[in-house]
Amino acid sequence: MRVTQGCFSFLPDLTDEQVSRQVQYCLGKGWAVNIEFTDDPHPRNNLWEMWGLPMFDLRDAAGVMMELNECRKVYGDRYIRMSAFDSSHGWESVRLSFIVNRPKDEPGFRLERHETSGRNIRYTTKSYAVDRPEGVRYGDR
Amino acid sequence: MNSSASPSAAPQDADPTPPLERIDLRREFNDVGIGEVLDQLDRELIGLKPVKTRIREIASLLLIERIRKRMNLTSEVPTLHMSFTGNPGTGKTTVALRIASILHKLGFVRRGQVISVTRDELVGQYIGHTAPKTKEILKKAMGGVLFIDEAYYLHRPDNERDYGQEAIEILLQVMESQREDLVVILAGYGDRMDKFFASNPGFRSRIAHHIDFPDYSDDELLAIAELMLRDMNYRFSPGARQAFIRYIGLRKAQPLFSNARSIRNALDRMRLRQANRLVADLDRVLSTDDIMSLEASDVLASRVFSGSPGG
Repeated sequence: MRVTQGCFSFLPDLTDEQVSRQVQYCLGKGWAVNIEFTDDPHPRNNLWEMWGLPMFDLRDAAGVMMELNECRKVYGDRYIRMSAFDSSHGWESVRLSFIVNRPKDEPGFRLERHETSGRNIRYTTKSYAVDRPEGVRYGDR
Repeated sequence: MNSSASPSAAPQDADPTPPLERIDLRREFNDVGIGEVLDQLDRELIGLKPVKTRIREIASLLLIERIRKRMNLTSEVPTLHMSFTGNPGTGKTTVALRIASILHKLGFVRRGQVISVTRDELVGQYIGHTAPKTKEILKKAMGGVLFIDEAYYLHRPDNERDYGQEAIEILLQVMESQREDLVVILAGYGDRMDKFFASNPGFRSRIAHHIDFPDYSDDELLAIAELMLRDMNYRFSPGARQAFIRYIGLRKAQPLFSNARSIRNALDRMRLRQANRLVADLDRVLSTDDIMSLEASDVLASRVFSGSPGG
C-alpha cells in the first residue's frame, strides 16, 4: 500500500528535478528546509528523525539536494520527507512538507478490532512493517 | 497556434528550442549586461591591468561558451574555479564580488551570492566537527561563489593530524562533482599560495584560472585615495594632496604596508584629525567647503612623517 501524506500526496512521486524546484520555491520564500526520515509509517507518527539540522540561510536548492542524496545513501530504505519551516512572526511553523523517498516494498496496514465492555469494538490501524524491530523493517524479508 | 499565421513566416520566427544557426554577438553582449560590469570594473578599480585583462578574457570565453551551448556545440561545463594571489589590499575580495556578478549575468552560477570564509569557518575544533562545518558552508555557497581568503591556512604542513586536510578533501570532491553548482575562489599571498598548491596538487589541477594581483604604484594609490574620498564626500586641499603624495612614499617603505587597505586606514585617521581640528574652534562658522576638505596639517600630523613606525 502506497503511503501518502503531506503536500502533493495526490500526485505520483516527485522526480529529483521536481523536488529541487519545490525546494527552490521554499528557499525563495525564506523558509528553512529540513530533512526527516522514519521507518514507522503510521499516519499519527509525527516524530520523524532529523537528518542534521534544519538548513537556514541557503540560497540554492543544490545544497539541500546534496544532503538529500547523503540521506538516501544511508536511509534509502525508509521514508524521507522534506519540511519547510517559516520562522517569520505569526507563522513559526512548518509551511510545507512532502515525501521524497519511500521503501521499495510497503506492506500496508491491518485493522485490529479490540472488544471492550458490552459489545463495543475499538479499532486500531497497525503497520505490518512495525512487527519487526526498528532499523530492519524494510530490509530483505 | 494562430491559424492566420502564414507557413512561410514560421522559420523566421525566433524560436528558442532548435539550435541557433547564427547569432548577433553585439546584441547577445548587450542582453547579458556584462558590458556594464566590465566598465564598472574599469571605472572603479584603479590599476590592476593584468587582472582586468584576464577578467575580460574569461568573460569573453564564457559569453562564447554560452552561445555554443545554445548552438548545441558544447560538451560540458567549463571549470571556473580560480585562485587570486597578491599582497594584502590589492583588491582580491572586490574583484571576487565582480566575478560573481559576471558569472551570474552569464548564467554560470544561478544565484550570484559570494560567501567569504577563512579557515575558521571551514575547519572544526575536534574530531567529527570539520565535515559538517565545511558542508554547512558549501551548502550556503551553492549557486554562487565560495571565496576562501588566506586559503593556505587550510593546510598545516607541521601537523599531519590537522583537521584542515579533511576540509580540503571535501572541498576538492565538491569542486569536481558539483562544478555547475559552485565556483570556488582561493585567495592569498603569492609565495604562500605557491607552497600550498605544491603540497596539494589536487587544487592546482582543478583550478582553471590563476590570477596574480600586482602591487599598486604611487600614482595609483593616490588615485585610489581620491576615489575613496570622493565616495565619502571629502577632498584634499592642494597642500594636503602634496603632503599625501609624500605620505605614500614614506608609508610604502614601512613594514606592514597593505596597499589600498593602508590608504583607507590613513584616510580614516585624517578624517578624525580634521574633525578634531574643526571642533577645536567652536566659535567659527563653517562652510560646506570647510567640512569637505582635508588640509595639509591633517596629513602631516601622521606619525609616518616623524619617522617612528606605524601611523
